[in-house]
Amino acid sequence: MDRINEFAFKIATANGTGSASANGLIMQAIFRMGVPVTGKNVFPSNIQGLPTWYEIRVNRHGYTARTPHFDLLVAMNPATYEKDVAEVRSGGWLVYDSTWPLDPRLARPDVQYLGIPLAEMCNAQFSAIRERILMKNIAYAGALAALLDMDTDIIRALLDEKFGKKPALMESNRKAVSLGSDYARTHFQCPLPIRLEPMDKTKDSILIDGNTAAALGCVYAGATVGAWYPITPATSVMEAFKGFCQKYRREPETGRNRFAILQAEDELAAIGMVIGASWAGARAFTPTAGPGISLMSEFIGLAYYAEVPAVIFDVQRTGPSTGMPTRTQQGDLMLCAYASHGDTRHICLYPADPREAFEFAAASFDLAERYQTPVFVLSDLDIGMNDWMVPALTWDDTYRPDRGKVLTPEELEHVTTFFRYLDPDGDGIPYRTLPGMSPKGAYFTRGSGHNRFGFYTEDGDEYVDVVDRIDRKIQHAARAVPVPLVRTVAGAKIGLVTVGGCHAACVEALDLFAQEGVAIDYLRVRGFPFSADVASFLESHEVNFVVEQNRDGQLRSLLMLETGVAVEKLQSVRYYGGFPMSAHHVVSAVKAKLEKAA
Amino acid sequence: MTYIAKPKVHHPSLQKNAVGLTRRDYEGAITTLCAGCGHDSITAAIIQAFWELSIEPHRVAKLSGIGCSSKTPAYFLREAHGFNGVHGRMPALVAGANAANRDVTYIGISGDGDSLSIGLGQLCHAIRRNVNVLYVLENNGVYGLTKGQFSASADPGSTSKKGEANTMSAIDGCLMALTLGATFVARAFSGDKEQLVPIIKAGLAHNGFAFVDVISPCVTFNDHEGSTKSYAYTREKNVEVVHADFVPPAQAITTEYGPGAVRNVRLHDGSWVRLHKVAEEYEPTDRDRSYAYIRDRQKEGEVVTGLLYISPDSTDFHGQSNTVATPLVSVPYEDLCPGSAELVKLQRRFR
Repeated sequence: MDRINEFAFKIATANGTGSASANGLIMQAIFRMGVPVTGKNVFPSNIQGLPTWYEIRVNRHGYTARTPHFDLLVAMNPATYEKDVAEVRSGGWLVYDSTWPLDPRLARPDVQYLGIPLAEMCNAQFSAIRERILMKNIAYAGALAALLDMDTDIIRALLDEKFGKKPALMESNRKAVSLGSDYARTHFQCPLPIRLEPMDKTKDSILIDGNTAAALGCVYAGATVGAWYPITPATSVMEAFKGFCQKYRREPETGRNRFAILQAEDELAAIGMVIGASWAGARAFTPTAGPGISLMSEFIGLAYYAEVPAVIFDVQRTGPSTGMPTRTQQGDLMLCAYASHGDTRHICLYPADPREAFEFAAASFDLAERYQTPVFVLSDLDIGMNDWMVPALTWDDTYRPDRGKVLTPEELEHVTTFFRYLDPDGDGIPYRTLPGMSPKGAYFTRGSGHNRFGFYTEDGDEYVDVVDRIDRKIQHAARAVPVPLVRTVAGAKIGLVTVGGCHAACVEALDLFAQEGVAIDYLRVRGFPFSADVASFLESHEVNFVVEQNRDGQLRSLLMLETGVAVEKLQSVRYYGGFPMSAHHVVSAVKAKLEKAA
Repeated sequence: MTYIAKPKVHHPSLQKNAVGLTRRDYEGAITTLCAGCGHDSITAAIIQAFWELSIEPHRVAKLSGIGCSSKTPAYFLREAHGFNGVHGRMPALVAGANAANRDVTYIGISGDGDSLSIGLGQLCHAIRRNVNVLYVLENNGVYGLTKGQFSASADPGSTSKKGEANTMSAIDGCLMALTLGATFVARAFSGDKEQLVPIIKAGLAHNGFAFVDVISPCVTFNDHEGSTKSYAYTREKNVEVVHADFVPPAQAITTEYGPGAVRNVRLHDGSWVRLHKVAEEYEPTDRDRSYAYIRDRQKEGEVVTGLLYISPDSTDFHGQSNTVATPLVSVPYEDLCPGSAELVKLQRRFR
């Protein structure tokens, strides 16, 4: 039976061979056919020569989670043939470069082998060595176009857009596409039973990675200072920010920059620069990953206690220590919630996809300035670096930044004496002033013990007065962070609770459960401190399955600590091997637990 | 850091500067450092320099790390914003603040523990970045607040108060700054205000990172025989090779000196530094010769002081980054956000 617009395939290559452009071409072609598609790049921490995979899921229902089941594999890397052959589902297909014979021991009777002499054809057609390697990739894209029935006009249009100004490259790419597709059409029954048909389900969407979207959020929120230390998988946040700023932040008269980017010597300096810039009144941010948060912890405590805004993007990767830098995880939930020594609690936002990365990036600056405190935006490698299909980004032109309680020189004129840490409004938020603006605004910012007037203190009561107010302030922020996303069904006694990028797997799992008649309510936390609705959701279900990507159940721990919900009500569903969560995993784990309980 | 408010009482006869302020207007809280601490002399020199330059105190931001030296911003310029950050990390705070608002005058105060041990990396990179700040390293060779451990600037063979000899080599902030491409390097002695005040003024006018290493004896833990950072030792071994005079932009240079003895260096803001070369062969705009000279004299056991090196064509962080003249904090939001129509347009590349 044909499976139209509902299949997954995987391309195995070595990194540094230029396969990214071929994979991008395939993704975009499918997307432009109106068919929902997502791509997951599984890459090594290496420049050249190690195995890389690109997984593409085509799904007419719009499910975007990773699937571990592959109908077809394009095996371009002999070093991983054995593993790749094993990954094809029974009844599936394996495309390989038949320039060299395949080891007969790799034969599987339940898989159809489609050999294409890609290297041989490219060596005959192209003379430059680098071009031969690159065009082999475009040639497999061409073969897939024939096998999966991609729209050739769309492929042609994409090549026109990409290489319109480089006719020689365009010619090579067109030739390579034809080599692959002609060979496939001549030698195989095209299309395969897994194939594409045009739909209209992508016209209001875009394909974008979360780091680019977050950078765009920073631009739109009016951030002017970015400080960073390069780290996978956060690097592309600043690279994208720089690219957008070069386009949108040039002073027209002079061509000079309305932004400053500081590539710091390490993450300690990067967060210091953000705090310095925020203290001086700019919207400033730093993108990093877990190891960076560890290094930043001392400064984060200073910003919390001295009440200086800061925006920190943690694009989480697999820890602890260096861990697996190119694999995803949600391993920093606890770290960010309570970063630094002493009593701290930080506002955290948890985007589930690139669209939320954009929205939460913009919102994070308002929260940081409103609450005068560090705000974390926790995405992960999967959200940050992979291309997701999301509804197009929108912006409200009436938006104006919430700079929080900053006294202007004019307002200071009406103040007899300015004291930094008073709470005149009873909301726990004091007023601040900016350096250089007014003789009446001066105060001393310090991470050492201070009283409500901003003066140094070693007096216990004065110290408690300030730290208790800060605690109230941050607790109030529970009402300002994005509300949890809740979906309920009639009669459900079970709750499914998750965070961030697990969302895609959870919504798919919910549909699968619904098909089986299992009623489950759903809640995805989107901000910390947790709002009251989180606790009431957990209380109102007999059991809640907490789905997350770390070994120790960090979201579950946070829920226990912060909501006081009984431990027995929170069952943990975890996957932390470095790949994005799949619906299959959620369903099988929840079922196993339900059966055990029954 | 204990805060003792100092009463702000002005005697009517107190001299006023160009912005109508007296020296008292440049003071801060009463010091809580030990009586006789070199740092207090530096504070006095800073007050004098800012007053003479007629910089409005609220247009200044004073930042520091952690340690005795880092307490001192509380003791001057009470109308300036102060930031007592974390240990060794003041350079990052200054770099960020300066990136955000280039129109504020920044002064950073640090010590030898703060700058040469825990914060060595930050100091080095702030020098490389040429952040526009006057950076004063109050150097006493010892950890005061933790009671007398050697710092990284302690000379090999010098002894602690308890008689222990230092076995490790010393980091010389000035030599290090020179090798890192610093654009302004000075060394002074806290006990010599005549020398220090013009250096501070020149450093404030300098367009970039002005590194000033001030030997500032610790009377409690490092002023004994055997110390190479004591008052007695520094007075004896300190050799001033270049004396700097600071000449504000509007003032003309009238006095003539003999050829070879004076070098006038024009600063970014139009002011001049007039360098009187006490040592005839010294050339304060030649990095390599300055370095060699300091090293040679060090071998003779001398501590060379003065404005040791200056690069007149220094380009600061903003010049390197091509940022707008308007401080980034003052750029209106309307000029920062591309708007919804552009968002629609730019997303075509994501389809």
